[in-house]
Amino acid sequence: MKSAVRTFGPLVAIAVLAVLLLVVAPSVLSPFRLNNLGKYCCWAIAAVGIGLAWGRGGMLVMGQGVFFGIGGYAMAMHLKLEAAGPEGIPDFMLLYGDGTMPGWWEPFRSGAFTLFAIVALPAVAAAILGWAIFKRKVKGAYFAILTQAMAVVFATLLIATIQETGGFNGLNQFTFFFGYNLYDPVNKRMVYSITAGLLIACLVVVWQLYRSRFGELLVATRDAEERVRFLGHDPANVKLAAFVIAAVMASIGGAMFAPIAGIISPSDVDATASIFLIAGVALGGRALLLGPALGALAVGYGRSTLSEQFPDQWTYFLGALFIVVILMFPAGLISAAGRAAGLLRPRRRVRPTAARPAGATS
Amino acid sequence: MRLDHPSPDDLGQDYLEIRDLTVDFDGFKAVSGVDLTLLQGRVHFLIGPNGAGKTTLIDAITGLVPATGVARYRNHNLLALKSHRIVRAGIGRTFQTATVFEELSVLQNLDIAGGVHRSPFALLRARRGTPDYVEAALGTIGLGDLRDRPAGVLAHGQKQWLEIGMLLVQDAKVMLLDEPVAGMSAEEREETGALLQRIGTERTIVVVEHDMDFVRSFADLVTVMHAGKVLTEGTVTEIQANARVQEVYLGRTADAAEAAEAAEADAVTHEGAGRD
Amino acid sequence: MDSFTTPLLAGTATGALLLIAALGLALTFGQMGVINMAHGEFLMAGAYTAFLTQQVISNTDISILVAIPVAFVVAGLLGLLLEMTVISWMYRRPLDTLLVTVGVSLVLQQLAKDIFGAQGDPVESPGWLDGNVDVFGYNWPYRQMFTIVLALVSLCVLAALLKYSSFGRQIRATVQNRDLAETVGVRTRVVDRLTFFLGSGLAGVGGVAVSLISGTNPRLGTTYIISAFLVVVAGGLGQLKGTVIAAFAVGIATAFFADWTSASMAQVATFALVVVFLQLRPQGLFTVRSRGLA
Repeated sequence: MKSAVRTFGPLVAIAVLAVLLLVVAPSVLSPFRLNNLGKYCCWAIAAVGIGLAWGRGGMLVMGQGVFFGIGGYAMAMHLKLEAAGPEGIPDFMLLYGDGTMPGWWEPFRSGAFTLFAIVALPAVAAAILGWAIFKRKVKGAYFAILTQAMAVVFATLLIATIQETGGFNGLNQFTFFFGYNLYDPVNKRMVYSITAGLLIACLVVVWQLYRSRFGELLVATRDAEERVRFLGHDPANVKLAAFVIAAVMASIGGAMFAPIAGIISPSDVDATASIFLIAGVALGGRALLLGPALGALAVGYGRSTLSEQFPDQWTYFLGALFIVVILMFPAGLISAAGRAAGLLRPRRRVRPTAARPAGATS
Repeated sequence: MRLDHPSPDDLGQDYLEIRDLTVDFDGFKAVSGVDLTLLQGRVHFLIGPNGAGKTTLIDAITGLVPATGVARYRNHNLLALKSHRIVRAGIGRTFQTATVFEELSVLQNLDIAGGVHRSPFALLRARRGTPDYVEAALGTIGLGDLRDRPAGVLAHGQKQWLEIGMLLVQDAKVMLLDEPVAGMSAEEREETGALLQRIGTERTIVVVEHDMDFVRSFADLVTVMHAGKVLTEGTVTEIQANARVQEVYLGRTADAAEAAEAAEADAVTHEGAGRD
Repeated sequence: MDSFTTPLLAGTATGALLLIAALGLALTFGQMGVINMAHGEFLMAGAYTAFLTQQVISNTDISILVAIPVAFVVAGLLGLLLEMTVISWMYRRPLDTLLVTVGVSLVLQQLAKDIFGAQGDPVESPGWLDGNVDVFGYNWPYRQMFTIVLALVSLCVLAALLKYSSFGRQIRATVQNRDLAETVGVRTRVVDRLTFFLGSGLAGVGGVAVSLISGTNPRLGTTYIISAFLVVVAGGLGQLKGTVIAAFAVGIATAFFADWTSASMAQVATFALVVVFLQLRPQGLFTVRSRGLA
């Protein structure tokens, strides 16, 4: 009975979230607010992956914006081509370029290819980078810095290629989403539902991963990587798997972000955007199942609200959030609340807090 | 009954063979030209003063530091393998400080050790029930009652036993244990010694240890290392009678000893007298 | 000849800037295992100090010389403040420290934006730095040479401090074995704070040099910090020479890539180069090797 609660309790929580997002929200929120919620869901999808890599795997991924961007741009390219019509080319290429389209845009005319690319491109990119980094036992802060450098480089590259990717402006003005007119509120709502559904699906995937032997192995690798090595596992493979899954989730989030926000630009995927993606995970609780997603939804909501009221002050809030949460509630606000509630009850046993192994190599 | 290194043909049993093994840290030879043959069915102790190269030797065998020479087990050239492949070849080790997965339960700790040969798909499923070999290991190390406890709350000795249990689950044929009884109570030491003898019959067990009482009680064979080299090898009695061993345990390097020969002679007499 | 000397000399100057920025990072990372993501904002603080000094002392010939020590102290004090208020609470949580300093960096950037405006301000270079010298057909600006001199002087002072002063010996003792250093009476907490002051102060000095080349700008820190981090990663920990070689290598390589392709492609290439380099030397160029698990 008790173990059934432990096993399926989280599923019930996911189900409650599903009802809230898919049934309650569409019926009570205005189309504008619902669309905003859709945006937060995109960030939450990426956050679920960050929770897996960072919370459970100990890999501080500071460049998830790159994978968010890969998915976002792949989708946006398809939407641009859809808007341009068959044989047409995206408007900005006429504006900034000589009116010819680079060859690598061509496959994105196909919706099927685009969907495939949204999953395959980040997986391959993460696998190559992860392979190079993990196999050589580069970890901790080194890994974090390399991922952030990757985000900086990615954004620079986008800004510099105005003729190919729209540069600083990014890609915007989409009219159709796989044949559905994006100006129709009904279709907008459908895009929202797909996004919320994908978020729930990602949560279920992560739920299964966390209760699987892989999940145990990932936690073990986080806490004592060398010990795992001397159990005959290659920790690099364990981390690689988590990193790739996290990358694919970020990409899916980005892919849905493009039609919902109506734009994807370098500022949505650069180092600061990547930091922003982490903020929700830290707030909600990096190692919890629902923590990253709920945190990301909250941070997304906070960003919209605060930006409306104090347009310039949002950065202060984001910075302060990192300082306060990481310094005082490293396990996230949900855990802190749980612990506060736990103090009121008699406790069965005291868990020693495990000291994290120091980062860096060696 | 000093044992010479047996040649492979003489043996019907398992053994780990080390020939001319050298570890060079930027010019400093932490282990230098070590020859050892570690036979199955024996509890083999590796002793020596601090810095003698005992742990480095184990690090070299398990792929943690690069080394030259030969370390061979069955058909595996260990020096050419990566750490996790060495483990898969049947060689397990523990570390000076017990490292168990503190947030996982005793059961989960043991289960992870048995996971080496699981397919990636099996990894994606949740654990159901307790595999037989995990149950057996739980019994052997006597932690059956604590199976659902997080390993982090175990007593120091229990963590060491859990580590040994993990080696049992992964079915290590060669177990390299680095100071397993350090910090244990006398009672825990007794139990650990008995545990080693119990599981040692079908395995090659190598223990790095400082505690001479523990060595005396449980060693079948002792190898003494000093300054990166094998000083001597033999039974406990032989080792205790060896003047060179007493000399290095007084904390003198060979060079220093030459410089102060007279004083050394006195000291050795005293130490010898104390032991008798 | 021009296509060789131009990137070589300009790259050396960039390398010198990276060196000043990376020295402080390497120092604090090496000693405390702390990655300070706000280090770039200390660079920015140095640049704004140069700008403000110029408002007070209008003689640019003198103001820049005043700005260097003032920037050192300003950035150093910022670092000290950061250490005392935030970082000292989170030793042994290196990744969390990294994230907290990300937050600090965001706040400092926004602060600069609110105080000085989002647009940058120019810092006039002193008369004695105007002009250039002809090196194989490249007009090498004195300002770039000045950066190199400043970097080398900083390096020498730091190296001498580490080697000969008792403070330096205490730093090195703490780096090599913190617990042991404590037991022999090194007050590691004080050493940590002084190290943080020193490392952050160096960033301030670097900021003055940057301001001469590109003026001030709230986002100035982010421009240099990632490259400086890559320098620390590639250079390895524990020895200054790794940082020195890596700084000039990254600076010069980026300049050549930029010359052959474009500035943005150069960033991509440099990043790829560092990742490939880590395949060969995962611990960086130089590192103190020790036995056993760490």
